Amino acid sequence: MRLTRPPLPPQVKDDPIHVRIRDVHKTYGDHHVLNSASLDIHRGKTNLIIGPSGSGKTVLMRQLIRLEKPDSGELLVNGVDFAKLEGLALASMRRTFGMVFQMSALFDSMTVFDNVAFPLREHTDLSRAEVRERVMDRLSVLGIDGAAHQLPAQLSGGMQKRVAVARAMILESEILIYDEPTTGLDPITTEMVDELIVEAEEMFGITSIVISHDMASVVRIADHLSFLHQGRIAAAGTPQELLHTEHPATAEFIRASRVTLD
Amino acid sequence: MPDAAPTASATEEKPSKLRAAARDVGEWIVNVLLSPFVEIGALVKLLWEAVFWGIRPPYRGRLFVESMEFIGIGSIFIISLTAFFVGAVLALQLVDGFRDFGAESQSGAVIGLALAREVGPVFAALMVTSRAGSAMTTELGSMRVTNQIDALVTMAVNPVQYLVVPRVVAGFVMLPVLTMLFNIVGVFGAFLVAVSLLGLDPGVFMDRLKWLVDWEDVSQGLIKAMVFGVAVTLIACRQGFYAKGGAAGVGRATNRAVVQSAIAILMLDYLVTGLVLGQGLF
Repeated sequence: MRLTRPPLPPQVKDDPIHVRIRDVHKTYGDHHVLNSASLDIHRGKTNLIIGPSGSGKTVLMRQLIRLEKPDSGELLVNGVDFAKLEGLALASMRRTFGMVFQMSALFDSMTVFDNVAFPLREHTDLSRAEVRERVMDRLSVLGIDGAAHQLPAQLSGGMQKRVAVARAMILESEILIYDEPTTGLDPITTEMVDELIVEAEEMFGITSIVISHDMASVVRIADHLSFLHQGRIAAAGTPQELLHTEHPATAEFIRASRVTLD
Repeated sequence: MPDAAPTASATEEKPSKLRAAARDVGEWIVNVLLSPFVEIGALVKLLWEAVFWGIRPPYRGRLFVESMEFIGIGSIFIISLTAFFVGAVLALQLVDGFRDFGAESQSGAVIGLALAREVGPVFAALMVTSRAGSAMTTELGSMRVTNQIDALVTMAVNPVQYLVVPRVVAGFVMLPVLTMLFNIVGVFGAFLVAVSLLGLDPGVFMDRLKWLVDWEDVSQGLIKAMVFGVAVTLIACRQGFYAKGGAAGVGRATNRAVVQSAIAILMLDYLVTGLVLGQGLF
């Protein structure tokens, strides 16, 4: 497979810290949503960013994938400052990321097959047979090959999420970002999506960033956890460390969710 | 017990409330006055982006064909239907009116001229706005509020190039074609009513039409159609592309797109006519 990528600055691929977010600020009018947010995303791990509603999780995600440009700060991905890239270099660097949106954001006019094939058709010169083989292989791994010719509206929420993951992974991106992946799903589907995130990490060795406020999912899947409060990371560490934190807002959030490591 | 005298803070509060109200009214007036310029500026910016991304590869031929099919082929029926009745009613009015001073033989010429220069492009653009423009805004608006446009960006696909360029090009190409269709069907409707219903001689009708209407009249209408095609699709795309506020927001965006397009068609009609005829604008 040949990707049509313009040259990028040299990247550091052996650093255990895949993404370094440093002192990121984002303001909308008078509302300072991100206020010096800094955290590390660990390579090949499942990194969860949790926090109460309105704490700036989705805004942080939008800066991270450069749907918006931060007012200031650094987003070092493999050592390259993603926040300062523009034009073709930015577009090229975006392929480092795959994104699974909260409501899946599948193209509703396309079939499941076409949705998953879309990034390959846009960014590679693979033949139709090769595209078909890769897409069906990925759908098969995720257990949705039977739905290849259905439209997204004909699928359940859990299946849509699988299709979104298949589409996000098809270009073999290094980092997958999940925005509130289990919001609005029933407990069984929630567990299934959690397993899917872990499977994706284990099977393809990718770095996962999960934006969530679902503490049950945190306990099940997180390798590393960051608590976002009032636009900055208030506490970070392993789930074990955060469950015993003395930081008041974090402790209150965990206490209110009534979740234990057991 | 007599009422207590107003406190100092109460008397200070009154002017500050008045000042706030005056400021709100002032801001509202400024916003109302500035909003047309803001809209025009945003449209010019989007047009510039569409041109910039339109000339850059990749060229997605399938999307252009799909857009042309949606705007062009999909509008054939409604354009033909409205054109027939517009031509028919023009014949009813003009033959009847011209008969009063014995000039009914000129009906075909005047109908042809009116269709080619004004009625054809304006009505075709209005029908495309109501059928295709509103659908475009709804489609793009739904894509915006369900993060599908964000998904395009995260997959390193420029959404203006992917969504806006094919639609604007299709409007530019297909509206002149639809205008020609409108002219032909409109003349047919007028001919049918004038000859079959009102007893006008068919030879005279066609002869006068051919005598007065020439290529310059038709091309004037086609130039307008191209301008309308770009304006209508651009407005529809802009409103959908920047829609926000869920389903209600998409509804409001669609409403704005139709109203703005109708106003833009009539204003541009005046501007293009003035420029083409070289008679100045005001």
